[in-house]
Amino acid sequence: MAAVQETVDKVKTLDVDAYKYGFTTDIESDKAPKGLNEDIVRFISAKKNEPEWLTDWRLDAFRRWQTMAEPKWARVHYPPIDYQDLYYYSAPKTAEGPKSLDEVDPELLRTYEKLGIPLREQEILAGVQADPNARRVAVDAVFDSVSVATTFKAELAKAGVIFCPISEAVRTHPELVKKYLGSVVPVTDNYFATLNSAVYSDGSFVYVPPGVRCPMELSTYFRINERNTGQFERTLIIADKGSYVSYLEGCTAPQRDENQLHAAVVELIALDDAEIKYSTVQNWYPGDSQGKGGIYNFVTKRGDCRGDRSKISWTQVETGSAITWKYPSCILRGDSSRGEFYSIAISNGYQQVDSGTKMLHLGANTSSRVISKGISAGHSQNTYRGQISAHRKARNARNFTNCDSLLIGNSCGAHTVPYIEAKNSSAVFEHEATTSKISDDQLFYCMQRGLSAEEATALIVNGFVRDVLQQLPMEFAVEAQKLIAISLEGSVG
Amino acid sequence: MLEIENLHVSVAGKKILDGLSLKVADGEVAAIMGPNGSGKSTLSYVVAGRPDYEVSEGSIKLDGVDLAEKSPAERAALGLFLVFQYPLEIPGVTTMTFLKAAINAQRKARGEDELATPDFMKKVREAAKRLNIPQDMLKRPVNFGFSGGEKKRMEILQMALLEPKFGILDEMDSGLDIDALRVCAEGVNALRSKERGLLVITHYQRLLDYITPDTVHVMHKGRIVKSGGPELALELEKSGYADYAEEAA
Repeated sequence: MAAVQETVDKVKTLDVDAYKYGFTTDIESDKAPKGLNEDIVRFISAKKNEPEWLTDWRLDAFRRWQTMAEPKWARVHYPPIDYQDLYYYSAPKTAEGPKSLDEVDPELLRTYEKLGIPLREQEILAGVQADPNARRVAVDAVFDSVSVATTFKAELAKAGVIFCPISEAVRTHPELVKKYLGSVVPVTDNYFATLNSAVYSDGSFVYVPPGVRCPMELSTYFRINERNTGQFERTLIIADKGSYVSYLEGCTAPQRDENQLHAAVVELIALDDAEIKYSTVQNWYPGDSQGKGGIYNFVTKRGDCRGDRSKISWTQVETGSAITWKYPSCILRGDSSRGEFYSIAISNGYQQVDSGTKMLHLGANTSSRVISKGISAGHSQNTYRGQISAHRKARNARNFTNCDSLLIGNSCGAHTVPYIEAKNSSAVFEHEATTSKISDDQLFYCMQRGLSAEEATALIVNGFVRDVLQQLPMEFAVEAQKLIAISLEGSVG
Repeated sequence: MLEIENLHVSVAGKKILDGLSLKVADGEVAAIMGPNGSGKSTLSYVVAGRPDYEVSEGSIKLDGVDLAEKSPAERAALGLFLVFQYPLEIPGVTTMTFLKAAINAQRKARGEDELATPDFMKKVREAAKRLNIPQDMLKRPVNFGFSGGEKKRMEILQMALLEPKFGILDEMDSGLDIDALRVCAEGVNALRSKERGLLVITHYQRLLDYITPDTVHVMHKGRIVKSGGPELALELEKSGYADYAEEAA
């Protein structure tokens, strides 16, 4: 029996789980038939009125994908995925994109409200005019597979920033999409990225013109909503010379009663003197207390510091998913470019996390910094996997890696797998790693001051991850702190 | 009022408290003195509700409320505070954050509103000033890299802010030089009130020169073997604990 079906059946017999964001909205969807073949790829492409070059690009990816094998090197275990048992396209039923918020399905707005987040974004969605001096967040809401609400577009347009669904960018800015799509994560990159290239549904497109500092944080909320729908988001962000953009991505998926495959691709391109800051708070459904169900998250995120003195910074807070397979990376191609990776990965229950980063130093005087905080509780397994390499021409490459693991309880595991390779003798790579456990004495001390066991654990964990939390934009830091507490519920007796 | 009656406690199968009874009235400062290994620290932990301490017999009541089924946090919310002999470090959590979390957790448990940040800040600043705690120390992680004296002053600061109904000081003097001891003792004395009882656990008379107790109890082998007034402490200072070891035997 296919893994997905098996899980559906098993989960049906289990109790409702405590997942906080477990609800679904019933907006009718328009979906392609189950399974994957060239016709489905053509169907997706046709649904989006794509030009021929893109259809061919997808078909090429699909043909490649058929010759590839799923990677098995990560420390994660799951039953085989039957790729023919999934839907590859679904979209809310609207003839055209809404012109204003009034046209957005109120059901969708209620969904955001139920999430309790994002606070500021909710105001924006509700049309509340904030203090004009306050920092703003623009939301490109991706509901299921198609973007249905885009705000602050006019203001961004004034600055010359293009921020729209990638399906729209294909029509409005084909030259940019054609030039950059697949230029960081090639079609042939890896099994999941290739699958994404063939069937990607939608995602965000950002272009910041030369010298422009994007006037607001850009934000996208992804939700998985349709039964059996693999989610194949595709994000492309280009920061032209001397520009700056900060992008926030947050996910809270409704509770699902089956495994859901999620294989997103994110490509970042920073040209000379440009800077991109990409922050993620990931809270996909992690599976129930027995480890059944939950999202399989196979994500390829990569940034290319293509220009000299460019900088790309990844910050992630990973709390969800049954399986996380994710390595946001930087190609440090431009001279004096810089890559950063700040990560908090929390696993509880039976979650399996295999996450880390790659810093590939190609240019001279490139530097990178990696701060990873892994927290394992319950029966989870949490692996940091990182690769730091210096190319032969990467004179004076510098890396600092700090990799800390915190264990809660006696049934979980923390693993650190660093790969370090320097082909230039002037490279200086530092690697620090620690593993610790929350002590009973610390817990008792906090509890004597009035905190419950769970509050005490959350407080200690928040202290442990502080260095990384500080890297998050304010809006996200507050949300992330709450998520950390929620994720660790039930981890102490 | 703290009432302990016929308390029997074991840790990992070993009997530590053996029928201990003690009453400390509101407004009373009671001192417990005793040699090493007499069970003094166990007493403080078990009253605060530390797990792994098995109470086989007896009861502990705070203002008439039996603590047996109460968690450490519930006991704290009822107004019990323990000055730790060895305060714990919590890396990455600033002292301010910790204090606010503790105060609001207790207020919440008692059904009170959370303290507004400006009120909280004002309160902390005033209390810190009285204890010679510089502001920048409040921004550092809880007890992290603090000296022994700094840690103890922070304990007293916490007690001042949490305004407990009953405070237990477990060997507050250990690791303190004479100046630090004086500052901490003054902090404790400022917290003496008609409503608040204090239990001062110590090995040495020295601490009692600064915090004058109303009553003194001598503890040996897990029970109180003699009780008296402040003069009992001075007597002990001269003769040591040897006599009581024999009496108890």
